[in-house]
Amino acid sequence: MRVTYAHMGTSTIVFQSMLEEIGHEVIAPPRPTPKTLSLGVQYAPEFACIPFKLVLGTYLETLPKGVEIIVSAGGYGPCRAGFYGELHRRILREMGYNPQFIFFFPPLKKPVDFFKKIVKLKKGGSWGGFYRSIRRGFAKLKSVDDIEIKSHEIRARELKRGDTSRAFRKGIGYLEAARSTKEIEEAHREGLKELEKVPQNLDFEPLKVGIIGEIYVQLEPAANFFLEETLGHMGVIPRRTIFLTSFTRHDVVAHGEREAKERAQPYLPLVIGGHGQNSVGDVVHFAEKGFNGVVQLAPFTCIPEIVAKSIMPHLSKVNGIPVLTFFIDEQTGQAGVETRLEAFVDLMNQQRKCNSA
Amino acid sequence: MKIMVKIGIPRTLAYYTFYPLWKTFLEELGLEVVLSPPTNKKILDLGVQETVNDACVPIKLYHGHVMALKNKVDFLFIPRLVSADGKSTFCPKFLGLPDMVKFSREDLPPIINTTFRVRRFRASLFGFLYKIGTKFSAKKTTIIRGYLKAGQIHKKYHYLLSKGFFPSEALEKLHTPLKDIEFPRPGKEKITLAVVGYPYSIFDPYISGNLLQNLRKIGIGIITPENIANNSLRKMSRRLPQNFFWYYSNRAAWSALHLIEKAKNIDGIIHVTAFGCGPDAMLNKLLELEAKNHNQLPFLTVSIDEHSGEAGILTRLEAFVDMLIHKKETKGEKLSEGIPGN
Repeated sequence: MRVTYAHMGTSTIVFQSMLEEIGHEVIAPPRPTPKTLSLGVQYAPEFACIPFKLVLGTYLETLPKGVEIIVSAGGYGPCRAGFYGELHRRILREMGYNPQFIFFFPPLKKPVDFFKKIVKLKKGGSWGGFYRSIRRGFAKLKSVDDIEIKSHEIRARELKRGDTSRAFRKGIGYLEAARSTKEIEEAHREGLKELEKVPQNLDFEPLKVGIIGEIYVQLEPAANFFLEETLGHMGVIPRRTIFLTSFTRHDVVAHGEREAKERAQPYLPLVIGGHGQNSVGDVVHFAEKGFNGVVQLAPFTCIPEIVAKSIMPHLSKVNGIPVLTFFIDEQTGQAGVETRLEAFVDLMNQQRKCNSA
Repeated sequence: MKIMVKIGIPRTLAYYTFYPLWKTFLEELGLEVVLSPPTNKKILDLGVQETVNDACVPIKLYHGHVMALKNKVDFLFIPRLVSADGKSTFCPKFLGLPDMVKFSREDLPPIINTTFRVRRFRASLFGFLYKIGTKFSAKKTTIIRGYLKAGQIHKKYHYLLSKGFFPSEALEKLHTPLKDIEFPRPGKEKITLAVVGYPYSIFDPYISGNLLQNLRKIGIGIITPENIANNSLRKMSRRLPQNFFWYYSNRAAWSALHLIEKAKNIDGIIHVTAFGCGPDAMLNKLLELEAKNHNQLPFLTVSIDEHSGEAGILTRLEAFVDMLIHKKETKGEKLSEGIPGN
């Protein structure tokens, strides 16, 4: 069966190898381009958020290639992303596509349903093989995340612009090709080595910026205008709060990150869906860790992040950390984002100078 | 004479669903309930000024109503609305509303933000009211008396709504005995429309551009989600493969489906939605597709925001109604005489 799924940052390569190992033919989603977005915008409701539109656009790019199964995640709110799968199905059906959808709901809420869908996806392969391919997938995800974190640290100090990104792509290429556990370990090591080879200015002390906000725009560089790379080129170490490995551990299997929740208590004592409460808690966390600033990323009309944003001015004042918010939609342009980031970096530099003097 | 403690209730959002309940109970506790004035330009402007710019217009209005109340009251009544039926929650903005308001300004009176998480109004409602009662150090007997009285009023209010009254009319008739009330008789009108959406958008004459009143003026029968009995709605909850997570969205979706599939007495659907409303992005598409799948039932989306004017909305309504009349006439029914203004 030809299977596809939504594109979500670098982690895409992991899903591909996992599904191939189970025995599906995978039609890998291409990295979203402006064309993908405009396809999605054309058929999506106007006020759906940008992840909805990008994912719909991606499906519309892969469906003509004969996709039979779409694997996606569902949820139970109160963030509306949990309903997206269902609405995607309806819109695609309206357009004449009728692929089979397999939505995975959080396993702790609907264990039987989760199990049934696993069986459906597994297609009669052995359980041992299935388990091993999941484990390999997870190991790979961890390696991808490790290499990504490392690349963020090195990019801020690189001497020749673009070196780190090249080394990073090389490392990801190694991981993409790796199949067995041993190969993944080796690719992991080699990938890190590639990054260490990049010439750096070790005397330079980069600014540190936390990135908070909605998961999709954090993880998908095509949706956030390569924010981490742009920040890196400005001499800033970005630190994202969401990685797919930690997301699976904390939000899918457990009930959210406890620490972020505890820190958010005085400001927002209730789960409001999405990563709204985490965003609030993480600002406190970054302030405690001595970060120079925080960038909040969210799709336009994202409900939980709007609530979080309205608390931001107060949070920023109490914790003494500047916060820059981007609400991204199909009208947002790269140049606009860069200009605002430049101004923000100037501001943080100035603040650091004042504080040290 | 003892000076009464004043508690302010903003005249928007959940006001349309719970005001009689809250008012009765708070008055029973010996508090003076102050209601913000009906929405006007000043309230809207204040709201736009105080609220985060990405919020939807109902949330901005809420801040505006809070601003209108803040110097007149000792407490603000902004319960954290989580769930009214034990299953769905309210929109995430409702969940964070007390915090959004609290951090918007520093000069606000203390906020009563007790969590409202109720399953079909029984013991859990008492728990909610009890917590509020103890905050004002009321006696247990007072709380129980208030709970019973408020429950009764709430029941009567929703009974009146289900008989076809709009909230403003039902609130007026709340203290008249049932036998003296003249219920609106349905079926007189030649064209009946379902106006679906959230009560705080539909029933606020200022922000909806007098939508309901204007429709009535041109002789259209109107059914809103509030006019449909709860058990009919609950029957529709099994109709969708996946229900929404939000209380008001579910009600709007179920009532539209109920009217399309069970009652079959409507000629079209008007969906009133606020610009940038998150849940409505989903709901609107769903309703549009459902209407299309049921004999191409005419469907109109009216989007409201802080800039929408009455004239613009009215023009669209008239065009929509003209189209419906034309559709009926070509089917062989003569009815243009019955409609004033034509």
